[in-house]
Amino acid sequence: MSNKKQPRIIKVAGPVVVAEGMAGARMYDVVRVGNLALIGEIVELNADLASIQVYEETTGIGPGEPVVNTEAPLSVELGPGLIESIYDGIQRPLDLLVKKEGEFMSRGSVLPGLSRKKKWHFKPTIKNGQLVEPGDIIGEVPETTLVTQKIMIPPAVSGTIQKIAEGDYTVEQTIAVCVSEDGTETELKLMQKCPVRSPRQVIKRLAPNSALLTGQRVIDAFFPIAKGGTACVPGPFGTGKTVVQHQLAKWVDADIVVYVGCGERGNEMTDVLIEFPELKEPRSGEPLMKRSVLIANTSNMPVAAREASVYTGITIAEYFRDMGYIVALMADSTSRWAEAMREISTRLEEMPAEEGYPAYLAARIAAFYERAGRVKCFGKPEREGTLSIIGAVSPPGGDLSDSVVQATLHVVKVFWSLIGRLAYQRHFPAIDWLTSYSFYKEHLKYCFEDKEQGLEMEQMTVQAMSLLEQEAELLEIVRLVGAEALSPRDRLTLETARSIREDFLHQNAFHKVDTHTSITKQYEMLKTILHFEKAALAAIDAGVETAEIFKLAIREDIARAKYIPEEEINKITEIRQKIDEQMKQLKIADRV
Amino acid sequence: MLSVKEYQTVASISGPLMLVEMVDEAKYGHIVDIELPDGSLRHGQILQVEKDKVLLQVFEGTRGIDVDNSTVRFLARPLELAVSPDILGRVFSGLGEPKDDGPPIIPEKRLDINGSPINPDARDYPNEFIQTGISTIDGLNPLVRGQKLPVFSGSGLPHDNITAQLARQATVLGKGEEFAVVFTAMGITFEAAQFFINDLQETGAIERAVMFLNLANDPAIERIATPRFALTAAEYLAFELDMHVLVILNDMTNYCEALREISAARKEVPGRRGYPGYLYTNLASVYERAGRIKGKKGSITLVPVLTMPEDDKTHPVPDLTGYITEGQIILSRPLHRKAISPPVDVLPSLSRLKDKGIGEGKTREDHADLYNQLYAAYARGKEAQELATIMGEAALSEEDKKYMEFANKFEDRYVSQDYYENRTVEQTLDLGWELLSMFENVELKRIDIKLIEKYMPRFRKQKKSN
Ligand SMILES: Nc1ncnc2c1ncn2[C@@H]1O[C@H](COP(=O)(O)OP(=O)(O)OP(=O)(O)O)[C@@H](O)[C@H]1O
Ligand SMILES: [Mg+2]
Repeated sequence: MSNKKQPRIIKVAGPVVVAEGMAGARMYDVVRVGNLALIGEIVELNADLASIQVYEETTGIGPGEPVVNTEAPLSVELGPGLIESIYDGIQRPLDLLVKKEGEFMSRGSVLPGLSRKKKWHFKPTIKNGQLVEPGDIIGEVPETTLVTQKIMIPPAVSGTIQKIAEGDYTVEQTIAVCVSEDGTETELKLMQKCPVRSPRQVIKRLAPNSALLTGQRVIDAFFPIAKGGTACVPGPFGTGKTVVQHQLAKWVDADIVVYVGCGERGNEMTDVLIEFPELKEPRSGEPLMKRSVLIANTSNMPVAAREASVYTGITIAEYFRDMGYIVALMADSTSRWAEAMREISTRLEEMPAEEGYPAYLAARIAAFYERAGRVKCFGKPEREGTLSIIGAVSPPGGDLSDSVVQATLHVVKVFWSLIGRLAYQRHFPAIDWLTSYSFYKEHLKYCFEDKEQGLEMEQMTVQAMSLLEQEAELLEIVRLVGAEALSPRDRLTLETARSIREDFLHQNAFHKVDTHTSITKQYEMLKTILHFEKAALAAIDAGVETAEIFKLAIREDIARAKYIPEEEINKITEIRQKIDEQMKQLKIADRV
Repeated sequence: MLSVKEYQTVASISGPLMLVEMVDEAKYGHIVDIELPDGSLRHGQILQVEKDKVLLQVFEGTRGIDVDNSTVRFLARPLELAVSPDILGRVFSGLGEPKDDGPPIIPEKRLDINGSPINPDARDYPNEFIQTGISTIDGLNPLVRGQKLPVFSGSGLPHDNITAQLARQATVLGKGEEFAVVFTAMGITFEAAQFFINDLQETGAIERAVMFLNLANDPAIERIATPRFALTAAEYLAFELDMHVLVILNDMTNYCEALREISAARKEVPGRRGYPGYLYTNLASVYERAGRIKGKKGSITLVPVLTMPEDDKTHPVPDLTGYITEGQIILSRPLHRKAISPPVDVLPSLSRLKDKGIGEGKTREDHADLYNQLYAAYARGKEAQELATIMGEAALSEEDKKYMEFANKFEDRYVSQDYYENRTVEQTLDLGWELLSMFENVELKRIDIKLIEKYMPRFRKQKKSN
């Protein structure tokens, strides 16, 4: 058309802007909006009108201002430089923004996700003349002391490799050329761009087959998550969702951690930024930051970028998964993501479903968690990668019938239910052992080198859980008829359950030793608690008073076993010997 | 100079909203002056622009505005606060205009009251312990400089006394630096505001205070802007004049009601209890302005006060506040009835930033273990108290009786204190040990045995007598 209108704004309503003259634009194209060139994304098209969600504050923008279509979908830059970065929801490096614009966020700034100046040492793993296909690893870049990036052939590129050479490159320089059958040459770089809204392709999805250990006792022993599995942590405010997420980001036995702070507090990200460079990853002794990527789009940053942040995070996570790594992504909080969706949807005047959320809420949540999994990756060498997702959910008033909780429970396999009652008692993690669940329990036993030990652990967790269930029933009885009604055996059950709760499940995230427990130490601790029960039962049957048993000095040692450092784990075994000795003394004393 | 344009094309008025047509170049978020035929002025802000149609919210309400004879002046700028060091000691209206007899402020500059989000990478973690002299805060839920810690109250509960005590007594240990106070009233009574102001006057703190007052009889819609004026002043004092600022926002429930009114007038899909779906984000844009910034000397510590309708903490205002702030101090009506004051409901109260503000070199090495133990023991005692009210005390086990006795003592001696009693943190910690001394070591699982031996009165006495 000759008299094609220039694209310009006709409406501004909060984070949503409508522009006319947009014929030919595609959904999810990124546009620059207004005189300030704010970054936005097309979310609705109607004839030549486009509705745009704007990733920056729209104050001061008005009708008549220009709109420019970049004609590319919202994408992230993937390549060396991701690790140790902190990005906003649309992959702008926040540390560099501070340097460029100051401590407060300004508008219309663009900075690339990956540094254009920094040089990386690239070492080819294939030779010139070799045939390659998408996903093939052609070389490596040591990115940090913990992460080696595998450089992969991008999607839709195949042919013969030429001009590949070891050397130092920026992410934009050509590291090799791929000549296809028809002779077209593609220059290969360390960096690829990848749209965020659709999953990266894999050959095949596989069922998760091993536990992802977290060092958190209630999780590993009772409600484990799998490598490639999904979990959710709902709970009212202040019950410990963020602490659980932070603990996992610290101690999970994954190669890569992607932490998405989605619509939450600024100080919580600062906390991570201060702690992660200091804390050591247990296996390597290297700083945790050396395996982490942070996305921070806090509650006061623009909502549209919050909506995008989980996609930015998951695409980066998938990229590392495709290298064959074990990747874990934490999103805190998915409710804030859902609320961002709701706000955009409202401004688009879409038909609301429950609680004002758009009708596609459940589908988007499901599609997000579906991006987790254990997969067979594209390309040579053959490899498997896993991506686990752990999402926090913040239901209004802690009410689990909330739409976001319900939609999430439909898709995730692990449910850690945080409850106010436990948090108020400062029983942390405040995970309710009676209602939480995991579909990955069977993987726990394979975490032990010794198969017998694995089976024993499995059996002990079943026994411990049964004691906790009995406790709940007994407490109900106490509430009805008082404590006198209890038999000595019942009393022992109550005491053992208390010991499981206080000496095993309760774990202080801020204690130097207690913050993280190896699976072997978990085994030793649980075994000791149950050993006491067994010995006590024998003593009761031999006629010893329960009061005498509960007064034994060794109980203090059991209670303090959690503070025994990993290196001195044999001290826990010694506790079991002392239990036997002290019980023996009791029986003798009793006979006298 | 920005161009100011005038229109007499008001198309309709409904509730606090006004629609103006045939407007050129209106910008989202900018403000307008509305001149009435009698020459009086109202203030408005642009909520939405579509082609030449502009939707405004009118801060003073639309009563008496007429469609035909009003002039709307588009000021081509957002709401701004004129700042200079002279704002200290001054009183402003809820719309940031001087309200006392003082001279006009000669602005050093004008700041957009919406501010800009602090880049998360620029934040510095709040970790300096503030001694408030109140045991339930200092001992159990310590406040640190740069934290946002609300008081959840109910109608008729003494939140005014507590915030006044806080403002009066708060100091950073060992630094002797005083806080500048930004006191913000939204819809509270003249009497409540005056109570606070008198207190500031008595202590002389008034010279280091700035006040923004929107009282119960002031226009309700104005309250949407009031906390933003206050935080803009606070940011100026903290990050440009290097001051440590304590901001009190009282009462956030009234603020949220004003938002709800606008939302209803716009016929937006209501969220829970009629509050708009974006209430969380809106509150965050206020609360998240607290904090510290790397390389800057000053800080903003924020204490919002809100009344929970029907004492219900799951009501959207406390609920969403709790989801944003770094903990909460909750007041309890049952404790208030028992004449325990301040009636802090210890168990659901929380300070999330405590862990980095306490311990050796900050307060004392035993602080963390001690509050963990006090919490555990008090929680158990509370359960026993409840069991006793259902079953009678006789039905309690010996253990439970002991814990109940602890809970009672704890409420009488630790929770309860005079509004003018300023306890040092050592006094508070020692009181905790004294109360715990009724338990054996084995019951004090949350405390490191070395600390018990060092601080427990029974061991201390032994040491002295040795
Ligand atoms: N494992 C733990 N050990 C010790 N303290 C804990 C633990 N988990 C939680 N806490 C305490 O509970 C507080 C609240 O936890 P957290 O901030 O994780 O809550 P949340 O559920 O994320 O709340 P919100 O929804 O408001 O973000 C923490 O600041 C900490 O004091
Ligand atoms: Mg949280």
